[in-house]
Amino acid sequence: MADQYDLIILGSGPGGYVAAIRASQLGLKVAIVERELLGGICLNWGCIPTKALLRTSEIYHYMTHAESYGLSAEKPGFDLKKIVERSRGVAKQLNMGVTGLMKKNKVDVHLGTGTITAKGKMSVEDAEGKKTELSPKNIMVATGARARDLPFAKADGKRIWTYRHAMVPQEVPTKLLVIGSGAIGIEFASFYSDLGAEVTVVEMLPRILPVEDEAISKHMEKTLKKQGMTIMTGAGVEKLEAGAKGVKAAIKDAKGKVSETEFSHAIVAIGIVPNTEGVGLDALGVKTAKNGHIEVDGYGRTNVEGILAIGDVTGPPWLAHKASHEGVVAVEKLAGGNPHPFETWNIPGCTYSRPQVASVGFTEAKAKEAGHKVKVGNFPFIGNGKAIALGEAEGFIKTVFDAETGELLGAHMVGAEVTELIQGYAVARQLETTEAELMETVFPHPTLSEMMHESVLDAYDRVLHI
Amino acid sequence: MPIELKMPALSPTMEEGTLATWLVKEGDEISSGDIMAEIETDKATMEFEAVDEGILAKILVPEGTDEVAVGTVIALIAEEGEDPASIEAPSGDTKPAPAPAKQEAKEEEDDAAAPAPAPAAPTPAPAAPVADGDRIKASPLARRLAEARGVDLASLSGSGPKGRIVKADIEAADGGAPAKSSTAAPMAQSAPVDLGDIPHETEKLSNMRKTIARRLTEAKQTVPHIYLTVDIRLDALLKLRSELNASLEPRGIKLSVNDLLIKALALSLMQVPKCNVSFAGDQLISYSRADISVAVSIPGGLITPIVAGADQKTVSAISTEMKELAERAKDGKLQPHEYQGGTASISNMGMFGIKAFDAVINPPQGMIMAIGAGEKRPYVIDDSLQIATIMSATGSFDHRAIDGADGAQLMQAFKQLVENPLGMLA
Repeated sequence: MADQYDLIILGSGPGGYVAAIRASQLGLKVAIVERELLGGICLNWGCIPTKALLRTSEIYHYMTHAESYGLSAEKPGFDLKKIVERSRGVAKQLNMGVTGLMKKNKVDVHLGTGTITAKGKMSVEDAEGKKTELSPKNIMVATGARARDLPFAKADGKRIWTYRHAMVPQEVPTKLLVIGSGAIGIEFASFYSDLGAEVTVVEMLPRILPVEDEAISKHMEKTLKKQGMTIMTGAGVEKLEAGAKGVKAAIKDAKGKVSETEFSHAIVAIGIVPNTEGVGLDALGVKTAKNGHIEVDGYGRTNVEGILAIGDVTGPPWLAHKASHEGVVAVEKLAGGNPHPFETWNIPGCTYSRPQVASVGFTEAKAKEAGHKVKVGNFPFIGNGKAIALGEAEGFIKTVFDAETGELLGAHMVGAEVTELIQGYAVARQLETTEAELMETVFPHPTLSEMMHESVLDAYDRVLHI
Repeated sequence: MPIELKMPALSPTMEEGTLATWLVKEGDEISSGDIMAEIETDKATMEFEAVDEGILAKILVPEGTDEVAVGTVIALIAEEGEDPASIEAPSGDTKPAPAPAKQEAKEEEDDAAAPAPAPAAPTPAPAAPVADGDRIKASPLARRLAEARGVDLASLSGSGPKGRIVKADIEAADGGAPAKSSTAAPMAQSAPVDLGDIPHETEKLSNMRKTIARRLTEAKQTVPHIYLTVDIRLDALLKLRSELNASLEPRGIKLSVNDLLIKALALSLMQVPKCNVSFAGDQLISYSRADISVAVSIPGGLITPIVAGADQKTVSAISTEMKELAERAKDGKLQPHEYQGGTASISNMGMFGIKAFDAVINPPQGMIMAIGAGEKRPYVIDDSLQIATIMSATGSFDHRAIDGADGAQLMQAFKQLVENPLGMLA
């Protein structure tokens, strides 16, 4: 007999498993179907294990610069195998954590590949080929996305890597080509550069981290070059050939000149494609956009009743926290609640390179495009006592306000620990504070967060420490 | 503390209403979602749902009371652990005050409570004292926008968490209409008319009549109208209509001329998007869909149900929808979202034999099309005088947002579609 569920969630990434917990809290009978590991890409192959790797390269960087803190560390070295082991261990620990959370919240877990066979019917085939038939009232598609391949060169895992290969290296590339300069590309560039690789980043658009504010891109390009990276913007890889000892790349630079260069390895980080194949969406007539993303309303509802979708599979921004929040909103609506669909502009984005980048809301250019007259504030790390004490005096915080209403339109940061700071501005945006409340808020001294205050003051010509 | 139950704003334009019926009585246990009362707004009778839980301790405004201002405390609910019997009606201004007076008082309060716009430099804005006990939950940005645009926070129900008023609510309420509702004052203060000995009777204004008066005054005082008239030959459209109706008969659909004109206006707006706009202070909002508000005369006034996305709908779908909307409009059963909004309006007085007229724009919309009667007139066709069925249509445009040439283009597009109506079916 088929099990009767109120909701089955296909995919257990940060979108799916969080939605499952919320559904259970609201009294729904819920199950989750996962074909690989509980926790999905994020905590097995994405956000979390990369943060473990980047923590290693960060500490290694401090060790090689120990002298500047009055310490001596003789010939610091590393064991790549152990670095990767630590990262895998962190992922494993969190994977176990999700397993525990599912049990605690009475969420049934069906391991296997789920296919929607008809409305309200799902078939799950496990690794041994055994099929289980489920009949949920509602199905939520949270299957996520995967790395996009170059049309002319498939990642082979030996010389041409995706993020997945780059996370479990056997060796540190001597000469690394990173194709694409979004968060993933820049994070791996930073990691391998800090471990000693000679890194070249190629970006098709005119600047790196293209979704960030232009000032941030500019600062990052300068800083990464200073660290020894080669940055090529407005450039494209035209050919990529893997050989036994490396890859040969034909790169067309901004001036249109094509030159061939040898690298030991290449990482392809040019975006993602949604995982919609084999789910059974076409047969039900679930509408997808041109780029393959499932179309949904503000509550994760597709055009077909009883079929919901959340997270990466529904389109950008491709972020774990966006997926989790969408999952919660969708489940609350499904359970008859009255949640608030959220504003895409209020979703913060973070890049955990050295230095870090974090932002929320409109860039200055986007704000102007939207017709706002803006007031802009800037505050550099060099003006902050804590930053100097930390030995991290590079970077800045930029704020963008609507000149007429005082609405905080956006905030953009680059520098040490900014990924932990951005949430202050995200709260401010969600609560619709104006510059007045931000100015009146007391920021603790000495902290990096004081720069958040100063940047606001600067937008209104009241900055204190520069 | 007992929970104060306040007169709700059941629509963005509602400032006061009639507490028609109490459906609960003192001592009843209330839980969230219970229907507590029926309230007659300016447009319709609506149900008032409870959001709090407890025991209804005291009804302060008896049923049948007119002109209860939004925000007036109408009842008290005892919270868990409170003794309902011990709750007394508080003294002071909880009595239902007539709306205008109450509103003025509210505005003064707001002025006192709202944070002063922060000066660019050098002193910080003084922390705003929260003056009154019945605090309105609103975001700082919403407060500032409300003050700048003259929106009374007390008249809004917030869409944020726990009813918090947020930016979007102000924008929805304001709809780009310019500052302070000074237009309310002239109405309230209208000097008594010297009637002399003319035999007469006076009648209290209905809520709908007051809203119509306020909205039309606001439109005429704040929106510079420009009027453009064209004569349109109807013969082809009438012929098409009778052919269509013959083939639609088995489906029980009978198209009216107005159904076709709704479609024609919607398509014209898509062809000339510069006329499908709202003037919103320092912004111009351009719509990429044509939602047509159709003026429907109902007992005691007028209402404008909306055919949303009329540019995309088939004429038969528009006809079916319009029939259903008009019927419910006459019964006073339209939901607010069915008559609030719209990107442009159409008003047809052809059935009364009116040759042509200039309609008043329905802000924040940018235009309204006034349709006169289709009548046989002498008409020059191929240089000879013949008889044709002609109607005059006059578009009124918000001249702040729409230039004369753009309005003229819309009128041309409309004429073209009506005279070559097959284009509406493709």
